[in-house]
Amino acid sequence: MPLARSIKHIGHRTINAVWRVGMSTRFFVLILLNSGLSFRRFQLTVKELFFTGVMSLIIILVAGLFVGVVLGLQGYETLKSYGSESALGTLVALSLVRELGPVLAALLFASRAGSAMTAEIGLMKATEQIAAMEMMAVNPIARVVAPRFWAGVISMPILAAMFSAIGVFGGYLVGVVFIGVDEGSFWSQMQGAVDFKHDILNGVLKSFVFGVAVTVIALFEGFDAPPTAEGVSGATTRTVVQSSVVVLLLDVVLTAIMFRGV
Amino acid sequence: MSSQPLVEIRDVNFSYDGRPVLKGINMTFHKGKVIAIMGGSGCGKTTLFRLIGGALKPTKGQIIIDGQVMHELDEQGLYAMRRKMGVLFQFGALFTDMSVYDNVAFQMREHTDLPEEMIHDLVMMKLHAVGLRGTHALMPAELSGGMARRVALARTVALDPMLILYDEPFAGLDPISLTAIGNSIRRLNNALGATSVVVTHDVQESLKIVDYIYFIADGIIVAEGTPAEIQASDKPFVHQFVHGEMDGPVPFQYPCRDYNQDLGVNA
Ligand SMILES: Nc1ncnc2c1ncn2[C@@H]1O[C@H](COP(=O)(O)OP(=O)(O)OP(=O)(O)O)[C@@H](O)[C@H]1O
Ligand SMILES: [Mg+2]
Repeated sequence: MPLARSIKHIGHRTINAVWRVGMSTRFFVLILLNSGLSFRRFQLTVKELFFTGVMSLIIILVAGLFVGVVLGLQGYETLKSYGSESALGTLVALSLVRELGPVLAALLFASRAGSAMTAEIGLMKATEQIAAMEMMAVNPIARVVAPRFWAGVISMPILAAMFSAIGVFGGYLVGVVFIGVDEGSFWSQMQGAVDFKHDILNGVLKSFVFGVAVTVIALFEGFDAPPTAEGVSGATTRTVVQSSVVVLLLDVVLTAIMFRGV
Repeated sequence: MSSQPLVEIRDVNFSYDGRPVLKGINMTFHKGKVIAIMGGSGCGKTTLFRLIGGALKPTKGQIIIDGQVMHELDEQGLYAMRRKMGVLFQFGALFTDMSVYDNVAFQMREHTDLPEEMIHDLVMMKLHAVGLRGTHALMPAELSGGMARRVALARTVALDPMLILYDEPFAGLDPISLTAIGNSIRRLNNALGATSVVVTHDVQESLKIVDYIYFIADGIIVAEGTPAEIQASDKPFVHQFVHGEMDGPVPFQYPCRDYNQDLGVNA
């Protein structure tokens, strides 16, 4: 019966999904328990910071600039019809700091750094490098996984902040330099409206949570990938899809808690 | 033999997902000896190494190394034991994100507090022994298959282990490197007073360097003995292996259906 079979299929997928959530949570705890080395030999984490953070810098800066420019253009068109072009700075800054910075930076980070992490660890496993490390009495979670985790968690808020900063610059460029909004009110209204605790800190907190989610997903998928070419490519795709969905979902939850006080 | 056994393998059975691979293996490796394990492709030699290294647990039986049962050790005990072991993986398993130098230095940096100058000298000595001192700055991707295997060999013995497991050290080597590596396995074992176990298909080379040989087939040991005993053996299995004959008790095919049936031919 096709119905029975599709119910069975759905049930199977559900059980599998729950099982994976459980496994990745356990993996997350294992990473935390084995994090000592990442700080005792901090140069291990610094090396990964270079790969995950610095390598993502270009895409983050370019995307941030474009998003800021578009925000400036669209914001100006809308605000002009209410005669409040001077609020352009506020609009650009709040959109970026509260939402677009953390969310878009996390999405870009997932596809740039997250997919690379999954592929690298998946290949290390497929070529028995992880097994070889275990045979040399070196714990791969402590030596390979944890430094990448901390590099991701540290670089995510910084990347999001850079995204927002260059986005504000993009909005300034289009609004003040090209369209001719008053420079003084652009900045002073922005300064007046953006609250450090309510906006900036919450934005940083968001990107920190996104950083944890994306790196755990990426590392788990890599570590769990079947040791074959299809296994690794499938895991890489799953990393990007899952972390994007999780980031957007977490954003809804966090925004509801932070800005509506739910 | 009077020397004390370092490794004892007692009635070890192992199955992958219910499919038995090893069915009651008994072996004894004495200190200072070089032992060869031979057997057809897919007979479970790599699996046996994984069991000795504690990466797999036997479904039945036990492996005792230096007086300790491997599968009863906790993680700390297992890691302590593995520090005294060196394993050459069948496909080398070099760390692809590190240079040849860093690969060989890896365990020294992880497990010792040696100063970097001393590590440098040790790494150069290990690389020199496999004839690849000149490659220390290369990345693994820049090596040929045989060169990568020799670097992996240098990395395996980096910390002078007491038990060294070589999974096919001779595969992909030209005759000159093969003799050189064979000799260096023997020499190293004597120098360290270690115990070496070599999985190999190279009957002629291993007969020259080893002290004892085990033949595995169908999950059990079908023959064993010193090189002299093996060469003199008239068991059909051993004869087939030593002389590389296609026909004999060792099947070339993985267990399968009738060939005609698979080809759709009605014989
Ligand atoms: N991870 C695994 N899962 C399931 N079966 C496996 C796995 N690894 C090996 N096997 C099976 O176990 C058997 C023994 O494999 P093993 O790798 O130990 O053979 P081997 O003696 O090392 O062969 P070779 O000389 O070709 O390296 C094979 O039949 C193989 O199909
Ligand atoms: Mg093998």
